[in-house]
Amino acid sequence: MIKTDTLIIGAGPVGLFCVHQLGIIGLKCEVVDNLDKIGGQCIELYPDKPIYDIPAVPECTGKDLTDKLIKQIKPFKTNFHLNERVEEIKKIEKKWIVKTNKGTEFEVSSIIIAGGVGAFEPRKFPIKELQKYEEKQIFYSIKDKKIFEEKTVTIFGGGDSALDWAIELSNKSRVILVHRRDEFRGMQASIDKVNNLNKEGKIEILTKYQLASVKGNEKIDKIVIKHDDNSFKEIKTDHILGFFGLIMQLGPIAEWGLNLDKKNIPVNTENFETNKEGIFAIGDICTYPGKLKLILSGFHEGALAARGCFKYARPDEKLRFEFTTTSKVAQERLGIKK
Amino acid sequence: MPKITYIQDDGKSNTIEVANGLTVMEGAVQNNIPGIDADCGGGMACATCHVYVKEEWFNRLPKKEDGEEDMIDMAYEPNKFSRLSCQILVTEELDGLVVSIPSKQV
Repeated sequence: MIKTDTLIIGAGPVGLFCVHQLGIIGLKCEVVDNLDKIGGQCIELYPDKPIYDIPAVPECTGKDLTDKLIKQIKPFKTNFHLNERVEEIKKIEKKWIVKTNKGTEFEVSSIIIAGGVGAFEPRKFPIKELQKYEEKQIFYSIKDKKIFEEKTVTIFGGGDSALDWAIELSNKSRVILVHRRDEFRGMQASIDKVNNLNKEGKIEILTKYQLASVKGNEKIDKIVIKHDDNSFKEIKTDHILGFFGLIMQLGPIAEWGLNLDKKNIPVNTENFETNKEGIFAIGDICTYPGKLKLILSGFHEGALAARGCFKYARPDEKLRFEFTTTSKVAQERLGIKK
Repeated sequence: MPKITYIQDDGKSNTIEVANGLTVMEGAVQNNIPGIDADCGGGMACATCHVYVKEEWFNRLPKKEDGEEDMIDMAYEPNKFSRLSCQILVTEELDGLVVSIPSKQV
């Protein structure tokens, strides 16, 4: 059981800056994120795309912003629990007990949800019956590529993941690449390579097709794909890989008894607390009259939520407002030596 | 104001007036039309405002910009009439536009 002041759910820009705001008022926190890296939507959706509306930063990319925020919170030596999703929370007396899907447990006096639009998860094939074959014959990510050796692998998708795995697996497997349209998106070098491998007969490419159904009982023997012109084609295959990008799912947060407005959590604008005492929501996931889904708004929300956490972490102390420019205490916490 | 018709997966339809300059996505969200999530708020950074444009309207819409087709790859059950409703700007010419909403967005 990890005991700390606050748990932040979500390691996007807003969660990261909130670490800073907690840190300068002397609160410790840990951060959980379902992605395998820090940065949230900034790093997953637009690492190389420019952002023009961060105050005093005329232009930066999602990755630049993430790197700078990581640097800014370095003094607080915060622990990040990546690849983990918070599953359960319960209140015992005045503490929140939080459990992740990997079994990590936290005891905290407050929780800040900075979860964006939810946890990133791979988008799956729309056919429900396929679920029982997942991690046996159907995969949305690859952990052990050896299982595909000498087998027929049908890959669906048209982006970099689909192209990269088609190239990689074509060494030792028979690869069929299926995409819903003729154009592939992804790095030109990868597209060229796939086309070359196609010419050499190492990758079969089928476009304007989507998965229609699978055949087999215990095991999938064949799949049926449907062309844009409504014709069907059967393929014998051992494995099926789907790379359709990531979607954001609110997931277990929806089960915690928080008020929800569509997929957002209503908060008060005084301290961004939700209807549950000690649970705060900031960034894209929170809503209130006039809410703007901007990173800069999330920074403000985090600053206030951090102060809202103080009364739960230090019920007997009074928080005094200070500027980092002049506060010796804040500067000590930032590790600044003069 | 142009009238836009949104047809749900179960066949129910809503026809509403959407002001020029808004997007088809905003028209739906502001009028509480179910089925259009618009998680990213209109930034072409997700695919949760996906609609199927009625065939006779599809070619009358301004063409997709770069990136929209890539995003549609990540939509739920896309087809050749798929568009992201956040990228369809409402103008007088679109009066009478009909879009169908997929059975789900994610």
